[in-house]
Amino acid sequence: MTEAVIIGVGLHPFGRFAGKPALDMGADAVRLALADAGVTWPQVQGGYVGSYEVANPDAIVGRLGLTGIPLRGVFNGCATAGTAVAQAARAIETGEHDLTIAIGMDKHPRGAFAADPSVAGIPSWYGQTGLFLTTHFFGMKINRYMHDHGISHETLARVASKNFRNAAGNEKAWRRTPLTPEEVLASPVLNYPLRQFMYCGPNEGAAALVLCRADQAHKYTGTPVRVRSTALRSRRLGAFEVQSPSFPVGEPVDSPTTDASREAYERAGIGPEDVDVAQLQDTDAGSEVIHMAENGLCKDGEQERLIAEGATEIGGSLPVNTDGGLLGNGEPIGASGLRQIHEIVLQLRGAAGARQIPGTPRVGYTHLYGAPGVSAVTILST
Amino acid sequence: MTLTQKPVAPGLFTWPTGESAPLRLIGSQCAACDLVSFPAAPVCVRCASDESTERLLADRGTLWTYTTQDFRPPSPPYDGPRTFEPYAVGYIELPGELLVEARLTEPDPDKLRIGQHMRLTLVPYTVQDDGTEVMTFAFAPAEEETS
Ligand SMILES: [Zn+2]
Repeated sequence: MTEAVIIGVGLHPFGRFAGKPALDMGADAVRLALADAGVTWPQVQGGYVGSYEVANPDAIVGRLGLTGIPLRGVFNGCATAGTAVAQAARAIETGEHDLTIAIGMDKHPRGAFAADPSVAGIPSWYGQTGLFLTTHFFGMKINRYMHDHGISHETLARVASKNFRNAAGNEKAWRRTPLTPEEVLASPVLNYPLRQFMYCGPNEGAAALVLCRADQAHKYTGTPVRVRSTALRSRRLGAFEVQSPSFPVGEPVDSPTTDASREAYERAGIGPEDVDVAQLQDTDAGSEVIHMAENGLCKDGEQERLIAEGATEIGGSLPVNTDGGLLGNGEPIGASGLRQIHEIVLQLRGAAGARQIPGTPRVGYTHLYGAPGVSAVTILST
Repeated sequence: MTLTQKPVAPGLFTWPTGESAPLRLIGSQCAACDLVSFPAAPVCVRCASDESTERLLADRGTLWTYTTQDFRPPSPPYDGPRTFEPYAVGYIELPGELLVEARLTEPDPDKLRIGQHMRLTLVPYTVQDDGTEVMTFAFAPAEEETS
């Protein structure tokens, strides 16, 4: 089986773009990715496009060229982009295509996501009585985790502060005003122990990747980035997951993140000790802390010391969310995971500018988590 | 004066409650593998059996984790009062049964702690224009058990 490599990345800024349709943002991201790869749209043989808000994301061909290729819409909650890149890579690996594309775009209205619980298979009373908020899960998960593993409120504030600081150095990020941990801790509590500046917000943006067969990469680039593995897992019975009116007693079973992470490492033949830079789903500051352990990058509770020592800073031993993460960039669902991969590709090329991590990074890691308990991991290397 | 009250949904908890019918959450138990579910599940999420029996759940448990809701949730689906009062939510472990998510009667996070004993109650989470109180289940801090 041949291997898929990324030869081009494109990122439309994340933020608010009044009057600009998501499809136009997506088309801009595709053009940037094609230019980066040095290919033209007619060379693309097929692809996958993810979105939550765009009913027919494959309509993007109307803005790029009606070449007749198969372009498949995908959606897996916040793991949507992980699905798009996994399927695009699979199309290369199986020989279906020699050159393919993964696209993600979204344009969410302001404020927290609101929907009828029935769309998630949950009865109406759950929403009527004020339980159907994903932010409750994040507050409750980190509250329990802090209790069990000795994580402090200051550590949550340091994570948020770091991500806003990283975003400040990223011209395509949304929240570019640095905040001190003290300023984060002074913001109002939204869902105890999580405060306003510890949460990411839904917004708008797009990203795209061009992939090709590893044995043809030399035609396009001197710095291909290898897709070493992708994994997507859903929740198992007994895991504590978002949008669960109840779950069974007993020791909670591993989260889909832990399951996807384990599978991705195994398929890649790469271990957590090899990871040079990581992009983890930081829906909130607590999620980043928990996801460090769930992705095997540290033991439960070690985050308290690692974060205090600056290990997850750009100059640290394990840089996390160097582009500002979701806290700094916001979350257009369909694009979020491709934005993560865009950053890893820049880091592995040594082309991340002011936020370039030191040394010669070889392995990058990306992770998504979302409702109703779905997780995607991608491991990349030079 | 007696207000009219109604449950937010049928089949969620015993109603009306009285001396002969104490307040309980209505769950189900899989006939094939015994998995307990709440709300009552027509199909078992462990073994996919579609045969189950009704099971009234324990009215006491311990607080497994909690958070607060300090802003008014988006409406719809939330249909609580316009004048928003922050509330708390948590998971209560009902020993040997399951962990259930519920509103908590105590909104102050400093007065809640993991492991705290909790008991089932009802709260009027909203009042309709005609004065009818809509009731939902909640858990309240219980007197610490003496054993
Ligand atoms: Zn069963």
